[in-house]
Amino acid sequence: MDIIELSGLTKKFGPLVAVDSVSLKIREGEIFGLLGPNGAGKTTAISMLVTMKKPTSGSACVNGFDIVKEPDGVRRSIGIVFQDPSLDEELTAYENLELHAAMYGIERKDRRDRILEVVRIVELEDRINDIVKTFSGGMRRRLEIARGLLHYPKILFLDEPTIGLDPQTRKHVWDYIKTLKVEHGITIVMTTHYMEEADSLCDRVAIIDNGKIIALDTPDALKDSLGGDIIIVRTPEPRKIEEAVKGIARKTKIDDGSISLSVAQADKKILKIMDIARERKIEVQAISMHKPTLDDVFLHYTGRNIREEAVSGKDAMRIRHNAWAGGRR
Amino acid sequence: MNHELTALYFMWKRELIRFTRSKSRVVGSLAMPFFFMAILGTSMNGIGSLPAGDGNYLEFIMPGILAMVLLFGSVFTGVIVIMDRQFGFLKETLVAPVSRTCIVLGKSLGGATTAVLQGLMMMGLAVALGASVDLAGLPVVIALMALISMAFVALGVAIGSVLEDMHGFQLIMNFLVMPMFFLSGALFPLSSAPEIVRMVSYIDPLTYAVEAMRFFLVGHSTMPIEISLGVLVLFFAATTTISTYLFNRIES
Repeated sequence: MDIIELSGLTKKFGPLVAVDSVSLKIREGEIFGLLGPNGAGKTTAISMLVTMKKPTSGSACVNGFDIVKEPDGVRRSIGIVFQDPSLDEELTAYENLELHAAMYGIERKDRRDRILEVVRIVELEDRINDIVKTFSGGMRRRLEIARGLLHYPKILFLDEPTIGLDPQTRKHVWDYIKTLKVEHGITIVMTTHYMEEADSLCDRVAIIDNGKIIALDTPDALKDSLGGDIIIVRTPEPRKIEEAVKGIARKTKIDDGSISLSVAQADKKILKIMDIARERKIEVQAISMHKPTLDDVFLHYTGRNIREEAVSGKDAMRIRHNAWAGGRR
Repeated sequence: MNHELTALYFMWKRELIRFTRSKSRVVGSLAMPFFFMAILGTSMNGIGSLPAGDGNYLEFIMPGILAMVLLFGSVFTGVIVIMDRQFGFLKETLVAPVSRTCIVLGKSLGGATTAVLQGLMMMGLAVALGASVDLAGLPVVIALMALISMAFVALGVAIGSVLEDMHGFQLIMNFLVMPMFFLSGALFPLSSAPEIVRMVSYIDPLTYAVEAMRFFLVGHSTMPIEISLGVLVLFFAATTTISTYLFNRIES
């Protein structure tokens, strides 16, 4: 079942088209990723879905509510973890959650139990009465996730949930996200510009560039659409290898002293190729394999590498802010 | 509706919690008015004839200094909207399923409460310096302080809703708040000011706040109290309407 539906959703800022007529459907219970470089329009798209920005044209429904006509219905159905911190640093974790509970109409008698429940999910029970200012970046993120879950949303929006986090904490946040989907059945919509994040977390990924969806599928299907994995064999006799692997490789390409083969499931095929080479006594100097990543997919569709994008001013600011906050801890 | 009121209550409570946690900020905000009162109030005593406080300059400026504390305290908590925007908390409130009006009212009431608390602290300091305050009239004075504070918090929220970042804050302090204070007749009797200053002071809402404070604290004002109170109520209605309108328009 589709829980979110966008049709022709567009947002313009003056002459700039940030989101350009995007239509897509998100299924209930999946982790859906919006992947793209900084400035691609991911955050603007999310902002419209969470009713923070009004679309210039087009429409969208979230949990059956129209984002323009029924914003309160949308707001009650969703939890949001913003890209930038959005906690009150001078309040304790508990007070932040309590304020949120009040704003989302959670009954007084349920508030305490709910708060304890969500802090347990993100393992912050022992810091619940500490002022947020004393929290590390990772703990703040976890608290924000907890806050996003407090009113039992059907859908959780995560805008760059792991930006500015160290690799270990990032892994932690990934685990929470997976748990939410598996144990709580929450639909998760996330944006990211980390390829490996989209790859390992998302059920389906939409690649967005310049405000347009340029590809949408499961990460595996997107990678497969490039023609499979690549095995590179270094050998003085590439022609013999080419002859030998007929029926295994989909495509072959001979370079000077080596041959590259496009195959499905390179990790299994590589052994087979080794066996064949040994059988036929073809000399192999080296063999390597390369699995296409979502980076390659992005490169394929846009002609650019996602990592070449310059760091935007806002990112630079965020990095500085985090460094500064880190210095105070 | 009940849920909206709960949200309003928690927004109010948030301002109070932040107030009790920011002791250094409170001390800092009371320092300047205290020095005005302690140094000017004691050393300018008897240098000229004053229309109020029986020639006691400390008692003359005390209501003015209290109005100053209310003005600074309220405008500051209103302008905090900018800080909320910068630190991201504003977004959390903007996407909540509560009306913006509730949020802005809760915030304004909270800000006004903290401003009145600062006013009362300042009053205590004034008494310690030798000013006398009539305890029986205190409830009326507190009500008046609440009205003044709510009006100026709303002014602060209105400004905070349109400013993009903290850079504009200094500008507001130097070109709006400080002139408002100096023109209000808090430190000198307007009757002795040149014509032009007096004219300008009549468009300064703080003038009416100082006049009303002086009326209820030392029993003297150059303006009829009905006019001061009338202007303050109108000013309160105007700033509250404008701040609610502007806050409702924020699209982050």
